[in-house]
Amino acid sequence: MLKYLLKRFFWMIPLLVGISLISFMIMHLAPGDITSSEASFNPKASEESRQKLRELYSLDKPVIVQYSLWMKRMATLDFGTSFASHQRPVFWQTKDKDGNVTLGMIQEALPITLLINVLSLILIIAIALPLGVISALKQNQLTDRVITLFVFIGFAIPGFWLALMLMYWTGVQHNWLPISGLQSLGHEHLHWLGKTLDTLKHLALPVFISAITGLAGIALFVRNGMLEVLHQDYITTARSKGLNEHRVIYGHALRNALLPLITIFGLSIPGLIGGSVIAESIFAIPGMGKLFYDAVLMRDFPVIMGILTIGALLTLIGNLVADVAYAWADPRVRRGVMQ
Amino acid sequence: MVKWLQHRNLIQVMTWVLLTTLIVGCGDESSKKSIHTINYSKDYPANSGGTLIDAMTGEPSGLIAMIAGESAASAIAGNIFNSLLKYDKNLELTGELAKSWEISADQRTITFHLKPELKWADNTALTSDDVLFTWQKVTDEKTRTPYGSDFKLVTLAETPDAQTFRVTYKAPYAPALDTWAGLHILPKHLLKDQDINTTAFARNPVGSHYYKLEQWKNGQYLKLTRNVNATQGQAKIDHLLSRIIPDKAAQFLELSADNIDSMGLNPIQYARIFPARPELNKNIALYKELGNSYTYLGFNLKRKPFDDVRVRQAINYAINKQEIIDGVLLGLGEPVASPYKPGTRWSNPALKPYPYDPAKAKALLKAAGYEDHDGDGIIDKDGKPFSFEILTNQNKEREMTGVLIQRRLKEVGIDANIRVLEWASFLGRFIKPKEFDVVVLGWSLSLDPDQYSIWHSSQQAPGQFNFISYSNPRVDKLLEAGRLELNPDKRMKIYHEFSAILLEDSPIVYLSAGYGLSAIHKRVRGISNPAPPAGIGHNTYEWNIPQAYARSEMSEH
Repeated sequence: MLKYLLKRFFWMIPLLVGISLISFMIMHLAPGDITSSEASFNPKASEESRQKLRELYSLDKPVIVQYSLWMKRMATLDFGTSFASHQRPVFWQTKDKDGNVTLGMIQEALPITLLINVLSLILIIAIALPLGVISALKQNQLTDRVITLFVFIGFAIPGFWLALMLMYWTGVQHNWLPISGLQSLGHEHLHWLGKTLDTLKHLALPVFISAITGLAGIALFVRNGMLEVLHQDYITTARSKGLNEHRVIYGHALRNALLPLITIFGLSIPGLIGGSVIAESIFAIPGMGKLFYDAVLMRDFPVIMGILTIGALLTLIGNLVADVAYAWADPRVRRGVMQ
Repeated sequence: MVKWLQHRNLIQVMTWVLLTTLIVGCGDESSKKSIHTINYSKDYPANSGGTLIDAMTGEPSGLIAMIAGESAASAIAGNIFNSLLKYDKNLELTGELAKSWEISADQRTITFHLKPELKWADNTALTSDDVLFTWQKVTDEKTRTPYGSDFKLVTLAETPDAQTFRVTYKAPYAPALDTWAGLHILPKHLLKDQDINTTAFARNPVGSHYYKLEQWKNGQYLKLTRNVNATQGQAKIDHLLSRIIPDKAAQFLELSADNIDSMGLNPIQYARIFPARPELNKNIALYKELGNSYTYLGFNLKRKPFDDVRVRQAINYAINKQEIIDGVLLGLGEPVASPYKPGTRWSNPALKPYPYDPAKAKALLKAAGYEDHDGDGIIDKDGKPFSFEILTNQNKEREMTGVLIQRRLKEVGIDANIRVLEWASFLGRFIKPKEFDVVVLGWSLSLDPDQYSIWHSSQQAPGQFNFISYSNPRVDKLLEAGRLELNPDKRMKIYHEFSAILLEDSPIVYLSAGYGLSAIHKRVRGISNPAPPAGIGHNTYEWNIPQAYARSEMSEH
C-alpha cells in the first residue's frame, strides 16, 4: 500500500510540470498582456512606455524563456508577484526590510472561498442525503416528484437572479441580513462571538445560493444509487432474514449506495478552492473566483499561473485521496490495488 | 389511467408551488418596510464630522497613481495626494501646491512657487525637494509607469530654494502645465530608500491632501480620515469610506437600504428605476454632470472608400445622433462637435454636429459614385456593393449604438454588419494591424487641448493612437503650433481652428457624450447643483453632513 502511495505521489510531479506548461502556453495564446488593458488605451501612456513595461515584466521574451523563468522561481516555491496589484505576492505574505508585511493574494482569498464552499457542501449533504433516500424509497410517488421538482428548480434557477431577489427581500425590505460584503463596518469593535455571528450573517446568503444550485446533483445521485442497491439480491436476502426495514435501508442499502459519493467528493476538492465569479461579484466577496477572473481580464500572468498550479495540485491530491478512501471503504477495490 | 394520474399529480404539485410563491410574494408586499421617515429638507449650518460611504466597482491596486493608473486608484489617491496645479470648477488651471507659476519669455522654462509652510500628513515639511524627487521617480527608467514620456521632455529640473521648483524644456511644451496638474507629489523622506515599484508605501501612503488613509481592508473597503495637517484647509466630512462592491445592482440595493450614501448610476437606474420608486427619492438626490468621454464612429482612412471625404460626410449625415442619445443613453447625454468638453474654452461654440439628413447623405454618396444600379436595395460602385463591418468591443452601450447605426445606414442603402470582440483581441488583432473598416469606440474629452497623439500624421505606427490613419497637413501644423504656445488665448484660437477642420474632414463621426450620473443621499449637503463643468466632485471638501442626519451606528467610533 505504501509503495503504491509513493508511486502515485511521485507521478504527480511530471504531471504537474506538464499541466503548468500547457496552462502557460494556453495563457499566452490569448491576445494581449498587462500593458494592453482597456484602461491603458490612453493617449497619455505612450507606446514606448508600454514597451518599456513589457521589458520590465520580461513579456518581450519568447514564451518558452518566460516559462523557464517562471519554472525557476517555482522550483524554490516562489509564486512571484502580481503585475496588476502593485507587486503584491501571489501566494504567501512577504516582509520588506522595514518589517512591513504584505499579505499574499491567494493567502487572503483562499480561506474565504474555502469557508463558503465547505459550509455549502455541508449544507448540501445535510439536505441532499435525506432527500435522495426519501426519493428512492417513495419512487414515482408524489413525494418523489415534489423532491425532484424542487431540486431541479434549484438547479435551473439563475443563481444571480435568486441572489438579487433574496438580497432585496432579506436586506432591503426586512433588514434581516446584510446585503453584501464580508463584514460589517464596525466589525473590529465586536466581541469574538459578535464577530463570528457577523461573518455568519454575511455568509448566509452566499452559502444558501451556492447550496441550492448544487443540491440537484448529489440528491439525484443518492436517489439513483439507492434505487440500484435496493434491487440487489443481498437486500432481498436481508429482508428475507427478517431484518426490520430500518436496518435494511440504513445498515445495508445506504452504506453501499454512498460508495460512489466518495469519488464525487474527491473530485470536488479542487472545486472547493474555485469560487463562483458571479456570486462573489454580486455579494462583494473577495474570493478566488473574482481573483482569477480579474487576473484573466488584466492578463496578470503570475496570478493566473499561481491559481492554476494550486488548482492542478489540489485536483491531483483530490484524485489520490478519493482512490485511497475508496480502497479503505471497499474491500474489493483494496484487494485489486494490492495485487 | 395510471399515467394520467401521474400527470395529474405533477400538475397539482406545480400549481401548489406556483400558488405558494404567489402567496409568499403577496406577503412581502404587505409587510412593513423599514423606510426612514426623516425630513431631509431642513436647513442646518454646515458642521464638520460624519462619514460619507460610497461604493466603487474595483479595488485600487495601489495608491501611487503614476504606477497604479486605474480609475479606482486615482479616485482614492486624489483625496490623499496633491499636485502642483489643479483644475478649478470651470476647468481652468489654478495652483494647488503651487501658489503661482511663471513662464519664461522663450516659453521653455516654467517656475513654480510653492505655497509657504506646506506639510505632509506626518507633519514633515513639504518642499521643492519633494517635487524634484517625484520628477526623478516618474522619469526613472526602472519605474514601472506608463506616464513617463511627458516628463522626460524636461531637460533640466532644479530647486533654487525650498519654495521654488523650475523646469526647462528643450522646446516650449504647452501640455506641460496639464501634466503637472496630473502628477501627485510624493514624499522624499519616506521613499528615498525604497523601490517605488514594490514599496509598502503604495498601500500605506502619506500625502498632503484633505484626507489620509486610515484603514485598507483588502477586497472590502478603504477608509480615509481627515488630515489635520492638510495644506488646503480642512475638509468638513471626517471620514470617507469607499466600499468595494463590483456589482452595480448590489450597490443599488445597498443604496436603497441606506448602507451607502453615494454611487454612480447607469442611465436605466437614473431614468427608469428612480422615477418609479418615490420612496427612494425622499432620501436620495440625483445629480448629472458632463461626462469625461465621447463615443465615436471611426473610419479606417487607409481603406476605400473611406478615404473619400464625401463618403465619410454622407455616413455622418445618415446617422441620427439624437436617436442614439435617446435610445442608448435614455436622453442622458449630448451631441458633441469637437473632442472637447462643451462649455470649456477649448470647445469651439460655432461648431454644430452634422444634422440627421438622409437626403443629403444619398446625394453625397451619389456624387462619390454610389448608386443602387442593380436594384437590390444596396448601393454599389463598379459592381461592388457598399458593404462593411462595424467593429466594437464588448460594451452594451457601444453594441446598441452599432445596431442603431446599422439601421440608419440601411436606409441610405449601405449594408453594415456588426462584430463585437473582447478587448484584447479587438486591440491586438484588429486595431494594431489596422484590420478594420469602421470602429465604434470612445475617447476622453481631454482637459488639455493637445491631441497630437490621436490626430497627428506621425502617430500611425502600430500601437500608437492615430490608428484610423488620419493625415491632414494643416491639422499637423496646428497640432505642432498648439504644443508650442503656452498662452491660453492664443492656444484657444489654434484648437478652435483644429476642431473646425476635424469636423469638416469627418475622419470620425461624433456620436454622443454621456452624462456622469450619480445618486447621493440627502444627508450630504453642499453639493453644487447644477454641476459646473468640472462636475459635482469639484468641492467635495465643502460637502458636509449635519449632525442630525449622521448615521447613528457610525458615531460611536
